[in-house]
Amino acid sequence: MTEATSLMRLRRVARPPAPSALSNALVFGWRAVLKFKHVPEQLFDLVMTPIMFTLLFTFVFGGALAGSPSEYLQFFLPGILVQTVVFNSVYSGMGLSTDFGKGLFDRFRSLPIWSLAPFAGLMVGDILRHLIAATIIPTIGLILGYRPEAGVLGVVAAFAMLTAIGFGMGWVFIVLGLLIRTPTTVMTAGFTFLFPLVFASNIMVDPSTMPGWLQAIVEINPVSLMTTALRGLMGGGASAADVLLALIAPVALTAVLAPMTLWLYLRR
Amino acid sequence: MVLATGRTVGSALKTAIGASLPVRRSSNAAMNEMLPSPQPAAASSAPEGLAISARGLAKSFGTVRAVDGIDLDVPRGMIFAILGPNGAGKTTLMRMLATLSQPDEGSATIMGHDLVAAPHAVRGAIAMTGQFASLDEDLTGRENLVLLSRLWGFRGREAKKRSDELLAAFGLSGAAGKQVKDYSGGMRRRLDIAASLIVTPGVLFLDEPTTGLDPNARKDVWNMIRGLAASGVTILLTTQYLEEADQLAARIAVIDHGRKIAEGTSRDLKAATGSGFLHVALADPDRRDEAAHLLETLLGQSVSRSAEGAELHVMAGTAQAANEALAALIAAGIELADFSMGQPSLEQVFFALTDRPRPSAELQEKKGTRT
Repeated sequence: MTEATSLMRLRRVARPPAPSALSNALVFGWRAVLKFKHVPEQLFDLVMTPIMFTLLFTFVFGGALAGSPSEYLQFFLPGILVQTVVFNSVYSGMGLSTDFGKGLFDRFRSLPIWSLAPFAGLMVGDILRHLIAATIIPTIGLILGYRPEAGVLGVVAAFAMLTAIGFGMGWVFIVLGLLIRTPTTVMTAGFTFLFPLVFASNIMVDPSTMPGWLQAIVEINPVSLMTTALRGLMGGGASAADVLLALIAPVALTAVLAPMTLWLYLRR
Repeated sequence: MVLATGRTVGSALKTAIGASLPVRRSSNAAMNEMLPSPQPAAASSAPEGLAISARGLAKSFGTVRAVDGIDLDVPRGMIFAILGPNGAGKTTLMRMLATLSQPDEGSATIMGHDLVAAPHAVRGAIAMTGQFASLDEDLTGRENLVLLSRLWGFRGREAKKRSDELLAAFGLSGAAGKQVKDYSGGMRRRLDIAASLIVTPGVLFLDEPTTGLDPNARKDVWNMIRGLAASGVTILLTTQYLEEADQLAARIAVIDHGRKIAEGTSRDLKAATGSGFLHVALADPDRRDEAAHLLETLLGQSVSRSAEGAELHVMAGTAQAANEALAALIAAGIELADFSMGQPSLEQVFFALTDRPRPSAELQEKKGTRT
């Protein structure tokens, strides 16, 4: 009976003035930040994976691939940034799948809010992850002797490019998160798609030693185009064409998958 | 097991007799009554008008018509239950009313807003607590409420104030700073309902609010629902527990295979099935066939049995006929552990309506876990 009586004393509250779409999106962004606080394991993953990849490739394979570890680092570092950003998008998709499984999105959908606000929140989480990775990797690189020849401006441009890549790739996992009910399946499905894309590219090695048919694939692989542009931006000598080619995939993915996301979301 | 079931039937009978339903209308309304008929009790606590009015709602998934043309009228301030077995279409119906799923056919207004034309306005007037706790498990209880308060448009301090009020009202102040993944099932359910009350909703949808809860937590949730209704919130709940509908709801709609097969107060439904039910519990379950045969011959009515077979239920019609039947059983040397006369239990009504002669295994199982 205590619940009943205390509930009857609960103040009746009327609806406050409707918040803006931006306000809704920022609340979901705040949620993404809280996730970092409450799920530190995720942060560990986020920090350790790129560090391990950088060290492994530089010191274990670097000498064999490029003559010396330091020379290889100069080649490899922009590539590992692209790889990390592409892989990092998996967290959003898994989070989305978890939220749907738990019925959390049903609550969001029954609220009078901007329909796309929850996705804006996911994007905030994504961008934070990309920024963390994009800070750690060049820092390790600098310690190991990497020098961005294009200077600070080049690095800033590279950050902007990475954010655009992350934004575009993010939709892939968001769509998978909407379609697949179990978070681990989202991860497996995503990586099945991303692994060949990342390894059959120019991230790790110069494709000139690959068989001709593979070279043809690597050349048009969007991940190669992104890596080439990023190398140019950080190392100097990027052409406008490089940058535009690198942006084709993110722009196309957004154009196709953003409306698809909305459709899938509203249909459920 | 026999004893345990005996208790269940005993308590069902008590409610059937009507002792716990003092505020409900006692008129002998016909079954399948489709017209809205506001209760005196509900009318006193709510303004006039309907909270929900739906006509011909239908929704198909592939070739399955999950909801097959349902009309519903729920007066403001009432607790209204939608009762039905698993797969009857309860959740689909509720999801449509809560704007989560678009109806294929039909129309509805919720608190005066058109469901299809103005879903955003409907969302502003409702709240829904789904079957599974729709909370962010990684966040604390308080953070969950603050998040939702901000989405409703409360600013920093107001959002925190409202969250703390709700935590206190639901007895969760102590657990406010704990992550929801560490909450018990009952605590989650309380927080989930609290999350639906940030802005006092016109209509609160509760989809199977006590499924999976232990008996104590279930009683808590029932008290909560009564408290909310007393504060003027219209509540539409789905349940597969007959006892829950009987205990809480002023009106019950029974649905099966996507169609409404009956509607009325718990009394209406029982009265329509007929009063003058004789319930007997046998001391020796092995003699049930003999006893059932005797009763059938004497009363000319079919006898239904509990799943374990130790109890028999039969329409006796009059007290005198019941007396004679009992005398005949005793004369035949069939010892009775218990007997009573009264209205059918809601369970019997349900099975009569859904044309299932015996409780399905599933409902029996649910009942078994409760006793």
